[in-house]
Amino acid sequence: MGTTLLQKVWDLHTVRKLPTGQTQLFIGLHLVHEVTTPQAFDALRARGWKVARTDRTFATADHIIPTLARTRPFLDVMAEDMLAALERNCRDFGIRLAGLDDDRQGIVHVIGPELGLTQPGMTIACGDSHTSTHGAFGAVAFGIGTSQVRDVLASQCLALEPMRVRCIRLTGTLPAGVYAKDVILTIIQRLGVRGGTGYAYEYAGDTIERMSMDERMTICNMSIEGGARVGYVNPDATTFQYMRGRPFAPAGEAFERATAWWTSMASDADAAYDDTVDMRAEDLTPVVTWGVNPGQSIGVGGRIPSPDDPGSDPQAVSDALAYMKLRPGQKIAGTKVDVAFIGSCTNGRLSDLREAARVVRGRRVAPHVKALVVPGSAAISRAAEQEGLAESFRAAGFEWRGAGCSMCLGMNPDRLEGDQICAASSNRNFKGRQGSPTGRTLLMSPAMVAAAAISGEVTDVREMVDR
Amino acid sequence: MTRITLVAGRGLPLRGNDVDTDRIIPARYLRAITFEGMEQHVFEDDRKAAPHPFDDARFAGASVLLVNSNFGCGSSREHAPQAIARWGIKAIVGESFAEIFFGNSAMIGLPCVKAAASDVRGLMELVERNPQAEIRIDLTAGVCEADGLRCAASLPPNVRDAFATGAWDTTGMLLDRYDEVNAAAARLPYVGGF
Repeated sequence: MGTTLLQKVWDLHTVRKLPTGQTQLFIGLHLVHEVTTPQAFDALRARGWKVARTDRTFATADHIIPTLARTRPFLDVMAEDMLAALERNCRDFGIRLAGLDDDRQGIVHVIGPELGLTQPGMTIACGDSHTSTHGAFGAVAFGIGTSQVRDVLASQCLALEPMRVRCIRLTGTLPAGVYAKDVILTIIQRLGVRGGTGYAYEYAGDTIERMSMDERMTICNMSIEGGARVGYVNPDATTFQYMRGRPFAPAGEAFERATAWWTSMASDADAAYDDTVDMRAEDLTPVVTWGVNPGQSIGVGGRIPSPDDPGSDPQAVSDALAYMKLRPGQKIAGTKVDVAFIGSCTNGRLSDLREAARVVRGRRVAPHVKALVVPGSAAISRAAEQEGLAESFRAAGFEWRGAGCSMCLGMNPDRLEGDQICAASSNRNFKGRQGSPTGRTLLMSPAMVAAAAISGEVTDVREMVDR
Repeated sequence: MTRITLVAGRGLPLRGNDVDTDRIIPARYLRAITFEGMEQHVFEDDRKAAPHPFDDARFAGASVLLVNSNFGCGSSREHAPQAIARWGIKAIVGESFAEIFFGNSAMIGLPCVKAAASDVRGLMELVERNPQAEIRIDLTAGVCEADGLRCAASLPPNVRDAFATGAWDTTGMLLDRYDEVNAAAARLPYVGGF
């Protein structure tokens, strides 16, 4: 029997078995941002510790960044304090920082891959649950809490439990208008938001193999929404092609040596999995969430579930419907939206913006909708300006913003107000997630968000683009 | 480091599956550079929206939180267990916990103990009947007792041992024998630059 990528990476990064029975794992890349690290740096100061491997650590600012006026000091005193603390901590401890005015700034899970910091076969940790994104490159990447951030800063290691591996195989061709976002939302809907607890998800099959790195990142990003702390795709020619020429990627002959090693880290063809799940791409449709967790979704042609449906959790369904102010049995298509948000570490990449722009070109945002596009990084913003995407969005009535986490999580000025309902390309539809305690989120693909922005209601994007 | 083998206190039932960390501590309160005062905002949006167990006078001073399944799902914010612990909770008994939340809680000395769904229901009903009942969790024996009810309440053996020996504060352990860390790093081709 062969070995999975997870096991190979795990074994190679194992320092030793700890007295607690856990594994001490070396962390190949530690990504740092402003929200989950200030307390960890203070803990280092209190004990007189240094950052063990500044060469394996990289920082940026994303969660709290205003996407409109970025002038310092920020109007939000607390946000200003947080950014100032990050700058101070990086300076004091000698950590590289792509700060507010750096042309590499962006969402941490967007810039890691962009800069070539993220590489196959690595272990990657960051104080953010969407670190699973980096698994798209065949890295073992996962979110950690602040105490673990302290551990990684001080030792470049973590004490961890082993994980099981579930192989999710997707085969066939995705229908037009069905995107990576629909794939992962469907996986979460089928396996449940707790289904992945204790597992790493390996995404495989010819559909995944044909996907671009952006698409693979969207899928791996939301692994945590299915309960899986890690999600990954085996590295292949698509991965290597993406890596080539990135600032921190190996160059010249070293790139060829790296490719050979990266290839060797992929799961063996006869690898043994703890579980396997098979899915057909042809069966998938555009998906929209109707509830308050990412597993509560239906196809865009579907009807909102009822607490009385067989096999449902009646308490959870009624609670979700009461919060969302949606009626059971109603079609989800036609649900009026107030806000449309395209962005986030899930779907704020260039190809996401291209797909959304295809929908909006030559059309206008519905008069009652506030629509914004927030590129995932400064680099994506520049590229989108250059190829005219920004202009397409502006001409259609979208606001074109600076890079950051924006309206995904309500830690910056971009927030829902009251019980506004938002078509969002982000990753979580939890109650209050977008910054208003009564705000409502409908998760969908960026193209579907664009369609909702134009028509002012949830709309099947397949009706709006040429097939 | 403090050893934790036994937690005893009154219970606080919080019903519902998939309680996410945005519920526990809304993101706007993550705009801070310390964890101080985090407890003031624990479950704030839920508590403002409807009567909430955290405001129920019968459960004031309780230190054992009782929850259902997949508690703490969502973001990796340690602010969530910090807010709960700083509010006065010393242990959580539940059907299941989200992985990152479970680990974050262990790292700050807050045991998240797993019990069968029927036992959690029994404990919740017991506490609602008699809020004064003392719940005793013996982490070493993996047993939870309260007012005549006795059930299995387990931690993974290594987490249990970490609490028992005080090793849940991991940094010192990871810095120990650091030559082995350097040896592991040297084995990795990307660390040396291929």
